[in-house]
Amino acid sequence: MTSSLVSQGDLVLAAEDLSMFGQDPWWLVVIKAVLIFLVLVLLTLFNIWFERRVVARMQHRIGPNVHGPFGLLQSLADGVKLALKEDIIPKAADKAVFLLAPVLSVVPAFLAFAVIPFGPVVDVPFTDDMTTPLQLTDMPVAVLFVLAVASIGIYGIVLGGWSSGSTYSLLGGLRSSAQMISYEVAMGLALVAVFLYAGSMSTSAIVDAQERIWFGLILIPSFVIYVIAMVGETNRAPFDLPEAEGELVGGFHTEYSSLKFALFFLAEYVNMTTVSALATTLFLGGWRAPWPLSAVNDGMFNEGYWPVLWFLSKILLFIFFFIWLRGTLPRLRYDQFMAFGWKRLIPVSLAWIVAVATIRSLSLDGGFDRTYLLGALGVVAVLFLVLFFLGGEEEEEQAEAEERPFDAFAGGYPVPPMPHQVAQARSQSPTVASSTASEGSA
Amino acid sequence: MTVVEVLFLLLGLVAAGSALLVVTTRTMVHAALWLVVTLGAVAGIFLLLAAEFVAWVQILIYVGAVVVLLLFALMLTKAPTGPQPDLDARRALPAVAVAGLVLAVLGTTVVAGFHGVELDLDGAVVGSAQTTGATIFQQWVLPFEVLSVLLLAALVGAIVLSRGTGRRGGE
Repeated sequence: MTSSLVSQGDLVLAAEDLSMFGQDPWWLVVIKAVLIFLVLVLLTLFNIWFERRVVARMQHRIGPNVHGPFGLLQSLADGVKLALKEDIIPKAADKAVFLLAPVLSVVPAFLAFAVIPFGPVVDVPFTDDMTTPLQLTDMPVAVLFVLAVASIGIYGIVLGGWSSGSTYSLLGGLRSSAQMISYEVAMGLALVAVFLYAGSMSTSAIVDAQERIWFGLILIPSFVIYVIAMVGETNRAPFDLPEAEGELVGGFHTEYSSLKFALFFLAEYVNMTTVSALATTLFLGGWRAPWPLSAVNDGMFNEGYWPVLWFLSKILLFIFFFIWLRGTLPRLRYDQFMAFGWKRLIPVSLAWIVAVATIRSLSLDGGFDRTYLLGALGVVAVLFLVLFFLGGEEEEEQAEAEERPFDAFAGGYPVPPMPHQVAQARSQSPTVASSTASEGSA
Repeated sequence: MTVVEVLFLLLGLVAAGSALLVVTTRTMVHAALWLVVTLGAVAGIFLLLAAEFVAWVQILIYVGAVVVLLLFALMLTKAPTGPQPDLDARRALPAVAVAGLVLAVLGTTVVAGFHGVELDLDGAVVGSAQTTGATIFQQWVLPFEVLSVLLLAALVGAIVLSRGTGRRGGE
């Protein structure tokens, strides 16, 4: 029934070949898994140090430089210190869920790396003629697997916020669930264009499809949307609203201490690495060497164990970008952040998908002229601009609608004015001033 | 019994058992979490039947979005951390009757439609993204469109409802 449909619907897309996966003996699988775990934990330790040093440099400080060469062992010392702290479980907490939440947050972060390719097929050292791909496994829907696993990670934050039995934690959990769902939509939509071009959802096939040109170059809008969404998805500055210190103390992990807090911390940094690795795989050619190097000596740098170097340096580039953002941009206001996600990112990425699908089917069907392609790109660019300006006007109208003078005590307790409102001077309303004075003395 | 059959049976038991816990537990958030277990077990069944695409979409949409939204709504309405003994089930019997009826209808449909059909689990094409896409957009395109119109109507209805109350409250 279904097989006949498949043969009818055969497209002119690259057939994915996953036959090299699933051939490894069990000890090789174990070695690969342990190596991935080690790389991720070491990268986390390194990234924490890297972040502190780079941010310090941006702020004209020195940063950690005492323990080990350049202070490299600082994160290790902090980790040990964290493990020795007292483990506190609040009385109002839902104990089972409180213990489950950090685990739910950290495990999916590691799981996603199972399908990320570190390099091409290589010879296994210390064996005769055994070859294996530098990737734990792959499947026809690997990218979907990464998205699905990442969406499970939300539970760690939401449940951690709820089970603490604290208002700050609950607010942090609420914010993060809204934020991560919203930005996951934009993230998924950004990936659709890549699927259309690669003709596959398997990570190794997507890397293969970028042999000639990186998708980050031909699908720039998708790349930009993905990068914005990945910062929102990992709760990093300037989108770190779930743990906004000035408003929520620590957000969802306010009540967590000791190793359970360390797990949340680990999850955040591993997630940063995971989204960076996914961005590298989907948009920056994965493990492939950058252009001038890839031409050296008949592609020598694209074979053997060299690609691991390119892959890791591309990831570190993204990590530096994360840190750079944190060092330069202030945190967004919550309503601005959600409006940006739903009213700008998602419509723009939907329009872009339609454009990409059209271009793709045209070039697959009849090899159309490139001028049409450029024309379509122009239309999309205009749409992009129109959407941005229209959105701006709406907000202005809203602001004009609220013409009433601002009364800080309208709700019974003082609130600060919104950015477009002007607070009245205290002396103009003597009754309010006197009443608050009497409350203060009482 | 083969390994697949044993796993299928176990996953089915997990799904049914946690579904029962969804309606019997006394803590609202725990109910949502048991729902996650149910949906996860169903995704596992899809995986067993070589429907990889559907399985991961199930996790992505139902576990990753729908139940998180449920939790979001629960937390907005102040879900307490302790159990609530006053969570009543006054219409328990009619609910059981309706659930039984739905089970009967769906069960008969599945048996009548797929009786004697054997899946070749070794062939990777059974549940690939390509097969699923081609089946939905060729064979089942009409039900698919009807469903999307239904969802659109629900969406518009939700917006109308929320806007209407908002206006009245504002004036």
